[in-house]
Amino acid sequence: MTRIHDLGGMSGFGPVEREAEEPNFHAPWEARVLAMNLVAKGPEGWNIDKGRHTRERLEPVLYLGSSYYQRWLEGLVLRLKDGGLIDDGQIEARMGAEGPDWERGAEPEMVEAMHARFSEHHPYTRPAPNGLPAPFEIGARVRVMTDDPSGHCRAPRYVRGRVGTVEIRHGVHVFADTNGMGRGENPTHLYCVRFDARELFGEEAEPGASVTCDLWHPHLEAAE
Amino acid sequence: MHDHPHGGSHLTDTEARVRALETLLTEKGLIDPAEMDAVIENYETRVGPRNGAAVVAKAWTDPAYMARLREDATAAIHELGYSGRQGEHIVAVENGPKVHNLVVCTLCSCYPWPVLGLPPAWYKSNEYRARAVREPRKVLAEFGVELADDVEVKVWDSTAEIRYLVIPQRPEGTEGWDEARLAELVTRDSMIGAGLPRPAEAAA
Repeated sequence: MTRIHDLGGMSGFGPVEREAEEPNFHAPWEARVLAMNLVAKGPEGWNIDKGRHTRERLEPVLYLGSSYYQRWLEGLVLRLKDGGLIDDGQIEARMGAEGPDWERGAEPEMVEAMHARFSEHHPYTRPAPNGLPAPFEIGARVRVMTDDPSGHCRAPRYVRGRVGTVEIRHGVHVFADTNGMGRGENPTHLYCVRFDARELFGEEAEPGASVTCDLWHPHLEAAE
Repeated sequence: MHDHPHGGSHLTDTEARVRALETLLTEKGLIDPAEMDAVIENYETRVGPRNGAAVVAKAWTDPAYMARLREDATAAIHELGYSGRQGEHIVAVENGPKVHNLVVCTLCSCYPWPVLGLPPAWYKSNEYRARAVREPRKVLAEFGVELADDVEVKVWDSTAEIRYLVIPQRPEGTEGWDEARLAELVTRDSMIGAGLPRPAEAAA
């Protein structure tokens, strides 16, 4: 089901505050949260889509009121708790711990190794499995499902039921919706679909504007 | 979630929680302390928007490279040595006299890390994620980017693993400039579509 993270098109938000020359991290703990998310091992079968889904499952008021890295922190805790690897009591028992030295810095060889690891190419494309439907053609008019499936769904609410045009065929990709729920990669056609702003937001839409989403075949049906 | 000092402790609640979690995960062997420091340094120093600026500068000066970028941006970007996490499938989208592109991830914060580094806080903000798709012209105007009525705005919502890199228009008065000099004009924001490159006069 759509959750609080599905913010596209929501009204009532104010100016986008931008900080000039902002650092990657506004406090050292943020860097540690990023690092833990990137290098933590487990649980078994973990994938990036499951990671997104844990953050989406944060309680709405907590989600909206949290900073980005607070969401990553709580998402990681949820990931590891769900996987039976940690529990709240264990964290609580270590509150007040000094912890590792955050000022220590990294060994150059280790930085090189991490750079190499995170530069590896691990595509999300897959060979087309048997039985895939014929893909939509470029230029095809397609309507986004109105279904609101439970669990992880990468078709945002603001395009559900809307008609757009297939602009790019990205090939056969891991289907994030199922992969994020541990239901398998189920690779299928992925498309870039363009929507006119008026189709999405009605008469008050800005003129001369359009929005694309990358949507998978199960999100779409042929439109007249 | 509140960040306030614990009594006499210098630690905020969040910082204390992070320290506790990191202690726990280290004890359990779920994180490697050496990897922790190194991955931070990788994203602080080895990966950043200078990468994307090099791609753009080459695209501006080398038509054959621009053609390869259009055909397969991931491969063309890899030619320059940039690849990996959150850049597995890159598509270059070109600004032109009548087209301006703007990239967002409404659902979370998806962003082309190998060419731009880590996303800025504003890109990940509730405000940007909500408003960029509904009122891109207004958001751009707030960013100081005023678009004429006859300029089309194309917003790209990064809902899958495709990452969009905006190729800004080459500033006027830069004829004959080499790639290094041109790259200095390419700002991070211009490669998101949230800004324009620096003008020629701005270069040293």
